Amino acid sequence: MITIKNLHASVEGKEILRGINLEVKAGEVHAIMGPNGSGKSTLSNVLAGREDYEVTAGEVIFNGKNLLELSPEDRAREGLFLAFQYPVEIPGVSNINFLKTALNEIRAYHGKNEITAKDFLALVKEKQKLVELDGKLANRSVNEGFSGGEKKRNEIFQMAMLEPTLSILDETDSGLDIDALKIVANGVNTLKNKNNAYIVITHYQRLLDYIVPDFVHILYNGKIVQSGGKELALELEAKGYDEIKKQF
Amino acid sequence: MILEKTQTHQRVIEQISVLNAKVDFMNDTALSNALTYLEEKGIPNNKNEEYKYCNIDSILKTDFKNIQQQFNTVSTINNLRLNDCLTLVVVNGNFSEKLSDKLVLKGVKLFSFNSLENSGKQLLTAAAKSNSDSFIALNTAFSGIGFHLKILKNEQTQIPIQILYINSASAESFVNPRNIIELEENSSATIIEHYINIGTHKVFTNFVSEKYLAQNSNLKSYTLQNETSLGYGVYTNQVKVNKHANYQNTTVTLSGRLVRNNHQVILSEDNCEASLFGLFKTSNNQLVDNHTLIDHQKPNCQSNELYKGIIGDKSTGVFNGKIFVRKDAQKTNAYQSSKNVLLSDEGCINTKPQLEIFADDVKCSHGTSTGKIDENALFYLNARGLGKESAKKLLLSAFANEVIDKIEVDSLKEIIESQII
Repeated sequence: MITIKNLHASVEGKEILRGINLEVKAGEVHAIMGPNGSGKSTLSNVLAGREDYEVTAGEVIFNGKNLLELSPEDRAREGLFLAFQYPVEIPGVSNINFLKTALNEIRAYHGKNEITAKDFLALVKEKQKLVELDGKLANRSVNEGFSGGEKKRNEIFQMAMLEPTLSILDETDSGLDIDALKIVANGVNTLKNKNNAYIVITHYQRLLDYIVPDFVHILYNGKIVQSGGKELALELEAKGYDEIKKQF
Repeated sequence: MILEKTQTHQRVIEQISVLNAKVDFMNDTALSNALTYLEEKGIPNNKNEEYKYCNIDSILKTDFKNIQQQFNTVSTINNLRLNDCLTLVVVNGNFSEKLSDKLVLKGVKLFSFNSLENSGKQLLTAAAKSNSDSFIALNTAFSGIGFHLKILKNEQTQIPIQILYINSASAESFVNPRNIIELEENSSATIIEHYINIGTHKVFTNFVSEKYLAQNSNLKSYTLQNETSLGYGVYTNQVKVNKHANYQNTTVTLSGRLVRNNHQVILSEDNCEASLFGLFKTSNNQLVDNHTLIDHQKPNCQSNELYKGIIGDKSTGVFNGKIFVRKDAQKTNAYQSSKNVLLSDEGCINTKPQLEIFADDVKCSHGTSTGKIDENALFYLNARGLGKESAKKLLLSAFANEVIDKIEVDSLKEIIESQII
């Protein structure tokens, strides 16, 4: 699905990612954990194509294509989805209209016709249930006035609507209470299948009780310093990041 | 050369007067005041604080060197009608009864300036005093044959009235349309003043409207300016609002090489209300200059202003919003906001709130913001698969919708929605 080789990236001349190597196959869930400032968000932003980040070395192959050469919109159309750590509020743009435009642009990219209004509404109804998103929220302006939990659920709702092949959840658990966390996790678990994959970026082990990863990677100082199975997350929770900081 | 020696106003007067007959509906005092005022003040240039960004003297010197007053006949306007309105037509500054719909609305009367009643004669130049401003003075001296539209007492007019101002210059021209809109006590109406250009040459529109809202009346007025790059103009609205009356205007500027709006509202008695909303989108070397004045003279009045600009290329936008709160105007509520998006590095917006408050128990606020399209929002939309253009469009429509949503006439709203972005 995605192969990241020796990825280096910097922001305003400061190197943040210092050689990331990672391979994610279809059907897998990978968790990336790390202390603050380790480069977790930089990695997700670089993969999604935010311009503020400069890739200085390395390559990323996504479904056979050179990801780094694609515009952010083409990455999305190819099936990459970033659930934002801080979803943006966009006053005046209706959540539903924007999703319809997004869905249709993705369909057009793959040579498909526009979705009919009827099918679209049915899809919205179905996917809303998945994350228990109030119908009223779906019709409001994108994220405007949403609570932290509602914003994160809206991200998962969008993910459900767009059906990406690779989803990157960037600290989706931050700011969520336990109930919202379960709803979000339940949404992800329902959407998970053998054809898609997830990279779950998180600071805490908590989310991983609900979205169980196949692999856990520890990111520190812009590099993956340790990889293992789901037990690595528990170990990390018990010892704390200080142990890692001492070691590397 | 006459051009170099004479003042702009003298040349303009000379050239316009070639064609215009004496305007015998204006009273002699107003006429002579107008000419005296012009002689004294001339046409404002950028040394005049009020015209700092809008040097009309220079425009008249360069773009209107040789005003010839030649027009093509306009014989059909069907595609310009709004389908849910009754339409009145003004061609090159003069009311055309032939092209206009019969005003079959109950309680609505229309008098051409050639057949003004006494009450109409008294309203003419009462709110737009000929010795208050150069463009009002010039219009007074050369006013086209306009009309007095009157909504009678207690009448609630259900069908909007579209006033279509069509210019069709076939050589450089200068037109002076004018009207009086009067709402008698307890009446209400919706009017749309729609300016378009179907000519082949530059035309300068010097428009003056006097709007009178009697006690308890309600006027919803819309202004749609779409005069193409051949259109230049100063559009003056002098509005007088009486007790418990409510005036609302939404001005949308879609095109025009130079558009200067002078919108003045006097809240002359207690408990009245005014709302001024504006939306303009500029490109190329356009200049759109919105000057508003809301004069709170008496207690318990409210005013609300929101102007939004989308400025592209090398164009310039101006918003200058003056609010007076007079000594008597206690318990005034006045809000003003100007928000702008710059689409290019060379575009320019000048925005200036001006509050002059002489009463002590008032609530007034003003705010202004100018920025580029929000990069974070743009990236968010891109990251969901929206292309650069459609993401930008979506964000700009959202920005514009705050004003467009104020429009309650569907056909008008559709035109604006389809053309603004």
